[in-house]
Amino acid sequence: MSESLDLHLASVETSLDNPVLPFLRQDRIPHIWCPGCGIGTSVNCFCRALSDSGLDLDKVAIVSGIGCTGRTAGYLNLDSFHTTHGRAIPFATGLKLSNPELNVVVYSGDGDLFAIGGNHFFHAARRNMDILVICVNNFTYGMTGGQVAPTTPVGPTQTTMPYGNFENPFNLPFIADACGATYVSRWTIYHVRQLAKAMKEALGKKGFRFIEVMSPCPTLYSRRNRLGDGVDQVKYYKEKSVIKNGVDTKEVGLGYQGEIVVGKFVDRERPTWLESMNAHYSHHFGDAFQPYGVKNGQD
Amino acid sequence: MSAEDDARKGKGTVFVRVEVCKGCSFCIDFCPSHALEFSREFNPKGYHFPVLGRAEDCTGCDLCGLYCPDFAIFGARWKDLDEKRQAASTPTQP
Repeated sequence: MSESLDLHLASVETSLDNPVLPFLRQDRIPHIWCPGCGIGTSVNCFCRALSDSGLDLDKVAIVSGIGCTGRTAGYLNLDSFHTTHGRAIPFATGLKLSNPELNVVVYSGDGDLFAIGGNHFFHAARRNMDILVICVNNFTYGMTGGQVAPTTPVGPTQTTMPYGNFENPFNLPFIADACGATYVSRWTIYHVRQLAKAMKEALGKKGFRFIEVMSPCPTLYSRRNRLGDGVDQVKYYKEKSVIKNGVDTKEVGLGYQGEIVVGKFVDRERPTWLESMNAHYSHHFGDAFQPYGVKNGQD
Repeated sequence: MSAEDDARKGKGTVFVRVEVCKGCSFCIDFCPSHALEFSREFNPKGYHFPVLGRAEDCTGCDLCGLYCPDFAIFGARWKDLDEKRQAASTPTQP
């Protein structure tokens, strides 16, 4: 080993630990994500948000579906739930309703949340279920080999679209807004400080909250389309992103390597599902109805 | 601690867990003061890891720590490190 490596190993020995390590299951690190993948950066931001929010970590649960991003639940040192494909939101709904004290976070990918689990997303947003949904959008199915996802823009080549994709993609913030989410924002993994701040803000809010995180997939999406490495995609995010807070979500659709509108688009108040249920049945049955989840201090 | 005195040219420093780095270069490309560079050596997995090439430019802002997808690097200001070391070495009163 050379001198500089020795110096660094020595400095590691005498150093303090990385501030995010207490939030991770360290026996499972290093993780499976490829070099240049942005999911780890988004998890890093989530750990900082948890640390800054000062929440009791015993009262935070994380639910993931299947996919590269679905592995997050296994790496975070919280009560976690690695569920079946696409069903992260139904599991999270059950978790939240059975223990309204919990702050439930769904952390999953675009394929899991919007293709296989699309219906669940719409209905949880419609009901204003009190969960935070973080969607890491890498425009492809990473774990299964780069098939076309509902978020793939028109143009890029994918395993199942060898001559380029011609299907119109979803505009995720528009869907969340139209279905009635109380908080909708989009950031890329270039905007780490803003992303950590948005996650902290969303953790403190009530109702159905949605954050889209754009992340590169260097192994399948970028390589197949000759877009360079993960870091080249993040440089593209840096060049082409425009922060427009409060803009109409209709206008934030993504094109292939086009402009990316980021920011906080929606922040509103609506009664959550539990609040609506309690108000409705209290109105009908009066004192005979025991409101659910109120004695725990939340909802 | 001659090595550390040498590194104290800047306001802060970085700590790297060399063995978990995957060499994605996020920290190197997005360091606001361009203080980091790739090592010439390989880590046990065969990746080049970041080293503090221009220690005098490091401000200890910890943006590298926020970017790192592998939780391998973090930055700290010497001022904060000294305070923490002082607190750790002072025996607590019973």
